[in-house]
Amino acid sequence: MAEPIEKVSIVVSRGSLEGVYPGLIMANGARMEGIEATLFFTFFGLDAIIKKRMDNLKVATVGNPAMHIPTVLGAIPGMSSFATSKMKKEMEELDIPPVGEFIEMIHDAGGELYACKATVDMFHLTKNDFCPQVDDIISVGQFYEMSAGAQIIFT
Amino acid sequence: METRDIAGTSLAFDADGNLANLSDWNEEIAAALAQEEGIDALTDRHWIVLNFMRKEYQENGDAPSIRKLTKQSGVDTKELYALFPKGPAKKAARIAGLPKPKGCI
Repeated sequence: MAEPIEKVSIVVSRGSLEGVYPGLIMANGARMEGIEATLFFTFFGLDAIIKKRMDNLKVATVGNPAMHIPTVLGAIPGMSSFATSKMKKEMEELDIPPVGEFIEMIHDAGGELYACKATVDMFHLTKNDFCPQVDDIISVGQFYEMSAGAQIIFT
Repeated sequence: METRDIAGTSLAFDADGNLANLSDWNEEIAAALAQEEGIDALTDRHWIVLNFMRKEYQENGDAPSIRKLTKQSGVDTKELYALFPKGPAKKAARIAGLPKPKGCI
């Protein structure tokens, strides 16, 4: 039998609702299975841990062919909010928590959360912009060091 | 399907190593299964989780999500992971005599 996975490092690089949730679900699922989990938020993925933004992420209705609506319709004001509220309702029914609560759950489950230093500098952010569950702001080098022995998953 | 002696009873297990028949389960068997999972003694806090999981399973046909479990049982996420280290949902379900949970959350 193959060796079981013991540790995962998940990179969240996108800031749309559908860009953030897969990484959170995989990190939480890892902890549920007793697998160590580290989340590394980079570029627009940082929105998932920025206090003011984390619970206002939106579904992308433009440039997203899997939404199955024409781009011009997707661009109508309010369309993204509409799609977002529908998706959030579906998720609530499946007991998938809002982003803020999910981050807290992963943190309480022993998952570690890090923000990417390059992006933090680029967007002129500080640790105060982030939710308290964020362990640290780290460089890509530190990320690789921490990921020793882990499977790295990019989302 | 595998059959093993646990707490003096011959019991059938499914492919995941969980009890095949819910009705075979009792508190003594739970204690023996807990030992297999590295939990030496089941405390009152463990039993809150186990009883909640059994009740949910009987009502809904699946173990509860961790979110529902922590919100409704009174045992929070941190404590849950401390009580059942290395995989709370899976371990608690096995000790409670239930099949492996199907949910992702």
